[in-house]
Amino acid sequence: MAEIQIKNVAKSFGAYQALNNINLTIADQEFMVLLGASGCGKSTLLRIIAGLETATSGEVWIGGKRIDHLSPKDRGIAMVFQNYAVFPHLTVFENIGFGLRMQKRPNDEVKRRVERVAGLMHIEMLLKRYSGELSGGQRQRVAVARALAMEPDVILMDEPLSNLDALLRMEMRAELKGVLAESKTTAIYVTHDQVEAMSMADRISVMHQGNIVQAASPIEVYRNPSARFVASFIGNPPMNFLPATPAGAGKWQVAGQTLDGPKADKPGLHFAIRPEDMQQAESGLVATAKIVEPLGAHLLVTCQIDEALFRVILDSDTVVKPGQTLTLAPQADRVRWFDPDTTLAVA
Amino acid sequence: MTDATVLDVSQDTRKSGRFLYVASVVFLCAWVIVPIYLLLINTLSSPEAVNSFPKSFIPEFDFGSLQFFAGFAGMLTALKNSVIVALMTMVMSIAIGAPAGYALSRFDFRGKELFRLLILLARAFPLPLLALPLAVMFIQTGLDDTAFGLALVHTTLAIPFAVLITFSLFSGIPIELEEAAWTLGCTRLTAFTKVVLPLILPGITASAIFAFVISWNEVFAAAVLTIENRTLTAFLLQNLDTSPLHLKFAGGFILVVPALIFIFAVRKYLFAMWGIANR
Repeated sequence: MAEIQIKNVAKSFGAYQALNNINLTIADQEFMVLLGASGCGKSTLLRIIAGLETATSGEVWIGGKRIDHLSPKDRGIAMVFQNYAVFPHLTVFENIGFGLRMQKRPNDEVKRRVERVAGLMHIEMLLKRYSGELSGGQRQRVAVARALAMEPDVILMDEPLSNLDALLRMEMRAELKGVLAESKTTAIYVTHDQVEAMSMADRISVMHQGNIVQAASPIEVYRNPSARFVASFIGNPPMNFLPATPAGAGKWQVAGQTLDGPKADKPGLHFAIRPEDMQQAESGLVATAKIVEPLGAHLLVTCQIDEALFRVILDSDTVVKPGQTLTLAPQADRVRWFDPDTTLAVA
Repeated sequence: MTDATVLDVSQDTRKSGRFLYVASVVFLCAWVIVPIYLLLINTLSSPEAVNSFPKSFIPEFDFGSLQFFAGFAGMLTALKNSVIVALMTMVMSIAIGAPAGYALSRFDFRGKELFRLLILLARAFPLPLLALPLAVMFIQTGLDDTAFGLALVHTTLAIPFAVLITFSLFSGIPIELEEAAWTLGCTRLTAFTKVVLPLILPGITASAIFAFVISWNEVFAAAVLTIENRTLTAFLLQNLDTSPLHLKFAGGFILVVPALIFIFAVRKYLFAMWGIANR
C-alpha cells in the first residue's frame, strides 16, 4: 500500500512563491500526471516528494508514514529523470542493478531482478554496453528499468519522454503505461504534453502558477474543466469562448442567439464549447470562415463570430471556402459556462 | 580593372597575414624548443664535449654528464627532497582543493564570486614579499628547513589551480547523476564515491600531477625556507656559480623533463580549467 498524501505543501525560492499550499492525495497504484506549462511548479512538487528539494512548509506522507524529513534513499521511491541520468562509467547491467547493489542484495538476486526488468523494457541484449553506446531511446529504457528494479512503492517520472523524437515518444508512451500498470506501483508523472497526460493518466492534476487547478480523470478534465485555464490549456485546439449576457431566468444571449444556461445571477458569463462539439445546422451561431485546414481525419475551420476567433472541427467531407458563412449549432450537453470574474466553471 | 586591383590587394593582405601567422608559429615553437634541444644535447654529451667548441647539434648519447651529476655530493638527497615535497604538495592540494571545487560547482552560497576571485588573488601575491615573514614564522613554529613546511608553501601556490581544475571537472558532471544515485539508495557521500569520483578520477589525477609540477619547479620559497633539506631547484641554485657547466646542463635537464612530460600528459585538463572545451 503506497498512498501518497501531500498536505499544505508550499515552496518559495527567496521572494518567488513556486508552490502555494498544495493538497493532493494519490491513491495506491494510481497513475497521477502533473500537467502544466513550464514554471508552473510541477517539477518542484515532484522533487519535494522525491526529497531532492525541501518544502518550505507542509507534509508529505507515503503509505501512512510521514517522509518529508527523510533523505531520498529512505522514502521507498525511485525516480526517472528527463535527461536519463544513466551512469556513464557503469554497464547497463550495473546501472539497473545499482540500487540493488546499494541494498547489498546477493549476486544471484541482483542478476535475476536485473534480467527481469531488462526483459520488461526489451533491453536484454544491451546489458553489457555502456551508456555512451546507447541511443536516447535505449538510455530512457535503462533509466526506467533501473527504477523498476528497485520495486519501489512509488515511481516518480520527470518528463521522461520529452527528450525523445515524436515517433519514439508515442511508442514509449504506450509501453510505459503497460509496464507501470503491471508493476502495480503508484506513479507520479510530470509532463507538459497534454496528449501524454490524457493517454497515460488515471488522474490528471492540472497545475498553474504554483496551484493545482483541477485534479480529475482525463475525460473529466477534458469535458468539465473546473476553470477557464484548464479549458484553454487542455485540448488541441482548445475550447472556444464567447461572451454571454443574461436574457431571462436560465437564458443567455450568445452572439445573437438565446441559449439555455445556468440560473446564475451574474451580469455576464463566458459561453464555452469544444471545437468538435459544433455542427452545421439550420439555426445557430452565425460564423464567417477565415482559414480552412484539411487535416485528413477532419477539417479544422477557424472562423469569426462577432469579433472573436472561433474554431470548429467538421467532418473531412465538408466543403468550406474561406469567406463562407456557416451556421453552427452547439451540442447542448457539451456547452460549459465560466464566470469571467473568478474564471471558475458555473453549473 | 578596378575590381582586379581590389582583388589583388586583398589577396596580398591575405598572403602577408598568412606569412605573419606562420612566422609567429615558427618563432614561438623555436622559442620553446631550441633551448630544450640544446639542453638535451649537452646533457647527453660527455663533460669534455660540453666544454669544447664548436658544438655538435647531434647528441652523442654519452652519459658521462649524468653520471657526474648523480655522483655529486648532496645531489641525490636534494632529488629525494624534491620528490618528497612535491608528493606532499600533491596530496595536500587535492585534499583541500577538490572539496572547494566541489562546493563551488554544486552549492550556492553568499560571496561565491568573491571567493573565486580570492582564489586567483592568492596567485597574484608575490612570494618574495611573503618570504621574510614566512621564514620568521617557520623558525618560531619549528617548520623551517622541513619538507613539510616547504610543502605547505607549495600547497598554497598549487591550490588555486587545484580548485579551478576540479571546479570545472565537477561542473561537467550533471547533478542528475548524483540525484539519481541518492534516489537509488546513496547518501551524499556514497553518491560521491560511487558515481562522481570514478567519473572525475582522470581529471583529479591530472590536477594532482599539475600540483606536483608546481612544487617541483618552485625555487624561491625552497631557497629561502630550507638550508639542510634543500630541494633540487634550491640546491642547483646554491651551487650555480661553483659547479661545472656539464653539471648545470644535467641538473637543468633533470628538472625540465618530468615537468614537460607531466604537463604534456595533462594538457587537456589545463585547457578545461579555463573553460575551453577541448575534449
